[in-house]
Amino acid sequence: MVTDARAEVLPGSRRGRRARRGNLLRRVGIYAAVVLILVWTLTPYLWMIISSFSFKADLLEVPARLIPDRFTLDNYRELLGSASGGSTNTSLLVSSLRNSAIIATGTTAVALVLSVLAAYAIARLRFPGRRFYLFGVMSVQMIPPIAIVIPLYVILRQFNLLDTHIGLVLVYMSLILPLAIWMMRSYLATIPAELEEAAMIDGASRIGALIRVTLPLAIPGVITVAVFTFVVAWNEYLYAFTLTNVSAKTLPVLIGEFSTKLGLEHLKIAAAGVVASLPPLVIAFAFQRYLVRGMTAGAIK
Amino acid sequence: MLPRCLSLPGSPPGLNEEVNSSLSKPSKHRSAEAKERRFGAALASPALVAIFAVVLIPLANALILSFQQRDLARPETDAFVGLGNFIRLATDARFLNSLRATTFFSVTSILIEIPLAIAIAIVLTKAFKGRGLARALIILPWALPAVVAASMWKWIYNADFGVLNALLQQFGLIDEYRVWLADPGWAMGLIIFSNVWKETPLTVLLVMGSLMAIPNVLYEAAHIDGATAWQRFRHVTFPLILPILIVAGLLQLIWGFQTFEIPQIITGGGPQSATELASLRIYTQTFRSLRFGLGSAMAYSVAVLLLVPAVVYIRKAHKSIVEM
Repeated sequence: MVTDARAEVLPGSRRGRRARRGNLLRRVGIYAAVVLILVWTLTPYLWMIISSFSFKADLLEVPARLIPDRFTLDNYRELLGSASGGSTNTSLLVSSLRNSAIIATGTTAVALVLSVLAAYAIARLRFPGRRFYLFGVMSVQMIPPIAIVIPLYVILRQFNLLDTHIGLVLVYMSLILPLAIWMMRSYLATIPAELEEAAMIDGASRIGALIRVTLPLAIPGVITVAVFTFVVAWNEYLYAFTLTNVSAKTLPVLIGEFSTKLGLEHLKIAAAGVVASLPPLVIAFAFQRYLVRGMTAGAIK
Repeated sequence: MLPRCLSLPGSPPGLNEEVNSSLSKPSKHRSAEAKERRFGAALASPALVAIFAVVLIPLANALILSFQQRDLARPETDAFVGLGNFIRLATDARFLNSLRATTFFSVTSILIEIPLAIAIAIVLTKAFKGRGLARALIILPWALPAVVAASMWKWIYNADFGVLNALLQQFGLIDEYRVWLADPGWAMGLIIFSNVWKETPLTVLLVMGSLMAIPNVLYEAAHIDGATAWQRFRHVTFPLILPILIVAGLLQLIWGFQTFEIPQIITGGGPQSATELASLRIYTQTFRSLRFGLGSAMAYSVAVLLLVPAVVYIRKAHKSIVEM
């Protein structure tokens, strides 16, 4: 748009000068707005990163400085060492990091298998209740977690699944399956069914055609669902907070405890926050394209 | 992004072929159809079973619980009380206060978020260097765990070491450091601010998708008609992105009513329950006071309040299923 306008008017003419000045102003305006947006989005997080590498004394300085003179790894070191839990030598941070990794990976694996099967059925096959199925799955997404967390607690206790990895993975299906099925279905619907039919004419079974023909083409959809599931499961708090205690406690729950119950020093909470946010942030940025498509397809359409 | 999603055919691929073949070979087709039905149901059932087990059964259980007096601390008082819990809630000042606070929190968040998201989305659809990077970075608040975001803001608002006080003092806006979270009004304002920061990116993505789907000819036509920038926005952009704004608003309303981490971590519901949002109140009643019956009744009340926005959302956002 900018270059078009410049080409239209003769250089040197009065109109040209004014148009050029207008363009320049517009461009400056856009860049200023972009900078403002990025400052608003990033600075709170950057401040947490800076804090996590700072000495407390430096942050007390008046006037405050945004970038201190010296940095330290003490907050991270103390987090790994002194905050060690009870009988074991592994720190609380390490054990909840492991729990979060197990639970988020497990949730992703289970959600992928279930959502691919269900989405394939919805996208390709006529079966009774198909329409109701999608509608029901979508409605489930609207149920507030707080409404079902109470009976879930009672049920998990009955089956001895409270404070276990499997228990939380199962519970996370309620959060993730509706959106995962929805995203997979939209993706599968873009893959022509003829390819599969051709494979079936050549003697492949339906499931063989799904695995060997459709699934390889649906890899972007699979990545979208996997990334989305992993980030949501890693970040989830309410269920993990109420349904785990010690052996399956996830990282978000630990950080919540640091900041409410244990009254840990803020700089160490900041360090733990940086650790907890790295996996979802790295994955979200690496697969940003897939994620954006999944989020928009999940919320609308 | 958007148009590609919207242009999907309503009928599943393979349907036409199926209809054609049914004309020629009725008996063979019928058995193939039955096989397909069984196969479809078999593939769809594992997910269905999972959803049943972790959503629908608990939901039914919660309804049963909400009609009961069930205090884990006093099991001898367990009884069926009918609508007793709900009647009690109708006059429970603290619960009603939490509903008021939640409504204020959610509605104010949306009123700030939507215009902000429109502005950000418009900027990010302009041509500038580094646009891809800017669009990628904008999702940071979404990808950050809510608990981390909440403790990050709590640290920023901290009275003694918080960077908020330091900045305000440096710019001469305050004379001395203030304990922001000790004031009910400021506490509510600041948790809304944190929530807006966390929730705006998703709305930006939705609006951006919708903006990019607007054909350029409309703007060119408006330009020829001599429309000002504001008129172009008012009469071209706004009407076309309105459907997505409604969807985003409803989604944020539903999510706003479920907000838990932000008040729990930043204010703990205080001061004087000013920021005690419904989810937090339900949590404390259930898992601290161990009143499972009353807690379920509270949770059900909130779910029922959300029923209207949820139904409208599903109808608006998922026209394709409704019309399927």
